[in-house]
Amino acid sequence: MNIGEFEGLARGLIERREAAKNVCITVCSGTGCRACGGEEVVRAFAAELENLGLTGTVELRDTGCHGFCERGPIVVILPEGIFYQRVTVDAVPEIIEQTVRHGKLIERLLYEDPQSKEKVVYEKDVPFYKRQHRLVLANNLLIDPTSIEDYISIGGYQSLVKALAMQPEEIIEIIKRSGLRGRGGAGFPTGRKWEHCRRAKGTIKYVICNGDEGDPGAYMDRSVMEGNPHSVIEGMIIGAYAIGANEGWIYVRNEYPLAVKHLTRAVEQARELGILAGSVLGLDFPFDVRIAKGAGAFVCGEGTALIASIEGKIGVPRQRPPRTTQQGLFGKPTNMNNVETWANVPLIIDKGAEWFSSIGTETSKGTKIFSLVGKVQNTGLVEVPMGATLAQIVYDIGGGAPNGRDVKAIQIGGPSGGCLPKELFYLPIDYDSLVEAGAMMGSGGLIVMDEDTCMVDVARYFSNFLQEESCGKCVTCREGTQRMYEILTDITEGRGKEEDLDLLEELGATVRDASLCGLGQTAPNPVLSTMRYFRGEYLAHITEKRCPAGVCRALTAYRIDPDRCTGCMLCKKQCPQQAIEGERKKPHTIVQDACIRCRICFDVCKVGAVMKTGVEVVHA
Amino acid sequence: MAELSQVVGELISRNGGLLIGVLEDVQDRYSYLSEDALREVSKRLRIPLRDVYGVATFYRAFKLKPCGKYLINVCLGTACHVRRATGVLETIRRELNVEVGETTEDMKFTLETVNCLGACALGPIMVVGGKYYGQMTPQKVKKVLKEYA
Repeated sequence: MNIGEFEGLARGLIERREAAKNVCITVCSGTGCRACGGEEVVRAFAAELENLGLTGTVELRDTGCHGFCERGPIVVILPEGIFYQRVTVDAVPEIIEQTVRHGKLIERLLYEDPQSKEKVVYEKDVPFYKRQHRLVLANNLLIDPTSIEDYISIGGYQSLVKALAMQPEEIIEIIKRSGLRGRGGAGFPTGRKWEHCRRAKGTIKYVICNGDEGDPGAYMDRSVMEGNPHSVIEGMIIGAYAIGANEGWIYVRNEYPLAVKHLTRAVEQARELGILAGSVLGLDFPFDVRIAKGAGAFVCGEGTALIASIEGKIGVPRQRPPRTTQQGLFGKPTNMNNVETWANVPLIIDKGAEWFSSIGTETSKGTKIFSLVGKVQNTGLVEVPMGATLAQIVYDIGGGAPNGRDVKAIQIGGPSGGCLPKELFYLPIDYDSLVEAGAMMGSGGLIVMDEDTCMVDVARYFSNFLQEESCGKCVTCREGTQRMYEILTDITEGRGKEEDLDLLEELGATVRDASLCGLGQTAPNPVLSTMRYFRGEYLAHITEKRCPAGVCRALTAYRIDPDRCTGCMLCKKQCPQQAIEGERKKPHTIVQDACIRCRICFDVCKVGAVMKTGVEVVHA
Repeated sequence: MAELSQVVGELISRNGGLLIGVLEDVQDRYSYLSEDALREVSKRLRIPLRDVYGVATFYRAFKLKPCGKYLINVCLGTACHVRRATGVLETIRRELNVEVGETTEDMKFTLETVNCLGACALGPIMVVGGKYYGQMTPQKVKKVLKEYA
């Protein structure tokens, strides 16, 4: 298909979409909604529409992730945009009968604003969405990610057509002027990277999309790959044209099977239309994309390790220079960008560098997607302009912690980032301002922690993660992360000494300074940042042998308050150790020597009679 | 052996000779990577066995021992962790008397952990044979395991 033919096809699809008058039921089919029954809901809609003979008049569309994962499965009825949340299979006939056929709303499926207690009817009015600025995620709601026609019908691949009419240098200039920086975490200016790669010597060059989203608690890239795979591919073709590359690779984590499926499908469709492969839209520019799956190694998110992994080797980073833009995949100049970075490219080409650079702050332009998770009311994907404050995200969009608890801290930037206390929530999120505070923006994981989270335990969690994921090349990272983990384990199990804190600091500095890649250089951040802001919690563990949050098992015991216990026997029945004694309607007691502190009694007690206490208290 | 050789051949061409993709598909087929399979891949791809073995042991997705009938994966991502996924994991270990990475004696369950499934709203999550169970608690574990009894 050449450019003229493509434009004809696109015009037809766009006109058809604009003229469509049919009701369209869209069901979120991201991994989150699927995991809580979204697929069954889609099947139920399809069956019900078929039964009622409505298949031709009512459209049904599986879309990518809408981002409000807390309320899944999500159903939005177009054109009005009626927003139903936590939809179950049972509700499907009612939705068709009441809403689709008779235009009536079903109250119980509407979202209730927790603050005003008012029901919200339309998706655009849900506070969670209203306070976001969605560019990259915007189209996830509108299209079936397995249909290239859907993507083209909302203007997809038009930026490619526009770019192909430009000189490669012109495109690089636009990306440079836009101020786009890498969304994977390091924030290197994208246009400059492209320029380096374009200028590198050699006729064979590669572009790579880094979809190895390894930070636990981060799933922005997955939602883009799953929900709008063509936007990534379009960005890559534009980049390849600008750089002079004829082959592209998308490297995806193997934990994301749906993303692999949708990307594979998208690549095939683009080939069929002549957008990929032998010649891009009939031009003298061959470009094709291949998909490589990861195999569960966090370190492969690092550029040189990722390249080694595609080449079929163990994922071990190598010394830089030479930069990968000079010597990358199979030794050839390679330009690697993150998923979200690539997905921004078509937007910038479409709307211009000035438009893009008008969003954000002085040094960080555009928007950033965060995955807001943990102890927060509105778990989900949040896209905000760079420079939004942590408070805006955690409280205004996230709604704070659930069950009236207080937010204590957030963890930002995954295992490379740090924990920031709520006193610093006024900080704007951009590439530069968080680094000073001991954290980093990272790829976009934002984990909220409340008063029930132990910060020493969190530090131990990350050091355990990193000692497992360290590839083992550098002694400092391999041994250092292990020793940090051991010291933190000692502290959480009551064997900590005050001098351990100095040792952790010294060890942290060594690991940071003497490791080769980003994994090692940033590995101490979770430990050092929690020590900086939550020293009191460390000291409580060390000197008082007490875990203030009641998380660390060796330092927390459970006791039943005889005045509150009603003798309902619930805890006794649930206790896996038979460690609870007592008769019906009489106060129960816990046999401390038999108790394994699994916390089940605490969780099941309906009257709050089971209490956490220090270990000495129960043995006194 | 003839079958293995044929399967490996097919999977190599399907993956365009990419080692990691080939190993993943071989594992999908046989549930683990046997010594014979590693030797066959090495021979066909002309990659020394020590390198194939290196890759198979470096990446955590690869298993060198047969897997049970149901694979249980407990997500230990940060969001699941702060919602006490460790309690869920421990209850499973206790109930099934099996360690992480091991398979029960009756070859029914293999217990594994994963660093994040990206379904954080549902945390803590356990996946049994591909089916997701969200908002898990130690109490719920028994009920879920009963479904597979």
